[in-house]
Amino acid sequence: MKITVDMDKCIGAGLCVVAAPQVFAQNDDDGLVIVLNENPPADQHEAVREAARLCPALVIHLQDDND
Amino acid sequence: MTDSEIVIVGAGQAGYQLAGALRDAGHRGQLVLIGDEAELPYQRPPLSKAFLSGAIGAEALTFQQPVHFESKGIDLRIGTRAERLDRVGRRLILADGSDIGYDKLVLATGAANRVLPGSEGIDGVHSIRTIADARAIRERLERSRNAVVIGGGFLGLEFAAVAREWGLAVSIVEAGPRLMGRAISQPMAEAFRAHHVALGSQLFLQAKVRRLIAEAGEISAVELEDEILLPADLVVVGIGVEPHVALARDAGIDCDNGIVVDDRLATSDPSIFALGDCAVFPSRFALQPSRLESIQNAMDQARHLAAVLTGKPAAYDAVPWFWSDQGGAKLQIAGLAQGTDREVLRGDVSGMKFSVFCYRGDRLVAVESANRPADHMAARRLLTAGLSPTPEQAADPGFDLKSLFAAAQPAA
Ligand SMILES: Cc1cc2nc3c(=O)[nH]c(=O)nc-3n(C[C@H](O)[C@H](O)[C@H](O)COP(=O)(O)OP(=O)(O)OC[C@H]3O[C@@H](n4cnc5c(N)ncnc54)[C@H](O)[C@@H]3O)c2cc1C
Ligand code: SF4
Repeated sequence: MKITVDMDKCIGAGLCVVAAPQVFAQNDDDGLVIVLNENPPADQHEAVREAARLCPALVIHLQDDND
Repeated sequence: MTDSEIVIVGAGQAGYQLAGALRDAGHRGQLVLIGDEAELPYQRPPLSKAFLSGAIGAEALTFQQPVHFESKGIDLRIGTRAERLDRVGRRLILADGSDIGYDKLVLATGAANRVLPGSEGIDGVHSIRTIADARAIRERLERSRNAVVIGGGFLGLEFAAVAREWGLAVSIVEAGPRLMGRAISQPMAEAFRAHHVALGSQLFLQAKVRRLIAEAGEISAVELEDEILLPADLVVVGIGVEPHVALARDAGIDCDNGIVVDDRLATSDPSIFALGDCAVFPSRFALQPSRLESIQNAMDQARHLAAVLTGKPAAYDAVPWFWSDQGGAKLQIAGLAQGTDREVLRGDVSGMKFSVFCYRGDRLVAVESANRPADHMAARRLLTAGLSPTPEQAADPGFDLKSLFAAAQPAA
């Protein structure tokens, strides 16, 4: 799985951090999303999918590879 | 208490979040989530943004698939309308005549867009609230040339920006003297007016619609009070919402422009709660009990109510915040600009990267930011902590707003 984010659209809602705290963080200054791990391990995939779905600005994009 | 039967009416943002939050907070009893729309619970904000522009499809809006609700023990019933409330028998009566008993009932019924009088039954006149609405508009965008937006609020303006992307000629008609008038300050409204003009929309402020003109049932023009005739093959109406209060009102629960709740989100019936777009609640950030329409409000209230219903009552006290995306310009608002008497600008106004700090007396009550997320984030924290920079500090781009937090910390 590869994560990309559309920073221009991020509104700092922080829902991604609640859903997948090991993969997402928020910048202290502007609240914008920080991806801690662009290729999260398999045990994080479900949480990352939840984060992508919850994000109200649809910032998080996932590319699944066949692993 | 964690074993009681909780029934939630309304499977929108607030109802969906509440159901999940209740399970996360340890609620073990029955949990029923009832929604009258045909779709699985979904997000509304992209409806007027990425969905209309064509960037995403409807499947991207759905929060979760049915298996998720099953695994959490949430009895999700979509396509189901709650018709009536029997408070004495603690039963909710559904449209098909069946009923469900409850220990605690939550009303998360949201709101409906206000209808423009005289627009009923004319093809091509739309508003945006549901997936079904947005689908109809998107289909129409593909074959229209002249869009008229009635109402210069957030929804109408987001639609206008998308319609310009689709290449339509766009006219925006607003009855008030400025855009987004009820919600934002004059300098920010003016910056967004200029932004929409730059995007190519034509603006009519202090303009009233006299009538809609249809030919063979299809919209063909919008006539304004001063005789101006705007050709139209697509009209989008965004003139505010009416909260869904019928269930509560008919059962004798206090309503006043929404379902009235206390700081624990309880209605005048202590077994019945309300949250989200339909609820009027007291807040230290507002001058009087208010009803807010935002994702923040739906989500924070859902988390709060989950705590209340699982035996951890506290007073609701979240800072309101909101965002809107209009043709590449990101507007973020923290706090509520009610009764403000002083506005201070920070940043680059002509470059559309600035904030307006709104004061009531010497107290900061709201900050509106255009493409300045750092100001927005600082504002959310300042308002939470009840800290106000002086107007001079706010206006000085060299002043570090975060230094106020450090100053407010008791010395270790
Ligand atoms: C197009 C659009 C764009 C938006 N953009 C933004 C944005 O950029 N930023 C932001 O902060 N907010 C935005 N919002 C506002 C945000 O979506 C709402 O504040 C939020 O959805 C409110 O959640 P809710 O659950 O209270 O109401 P809703 O999401 O409206 O859900 C209520 C649900 O209850 C159902 N219902 C009502 N009565 C009954 C009944 N008797 N029986 C069964 N079901 C019933 C309704 O059909 C509905 O599905 C936008 C809203 C719209 C429409
Ligand atoms: S949930 Fe979305 S908008 Fe919010 S911080 Fe995360 S990426 Fe940004």
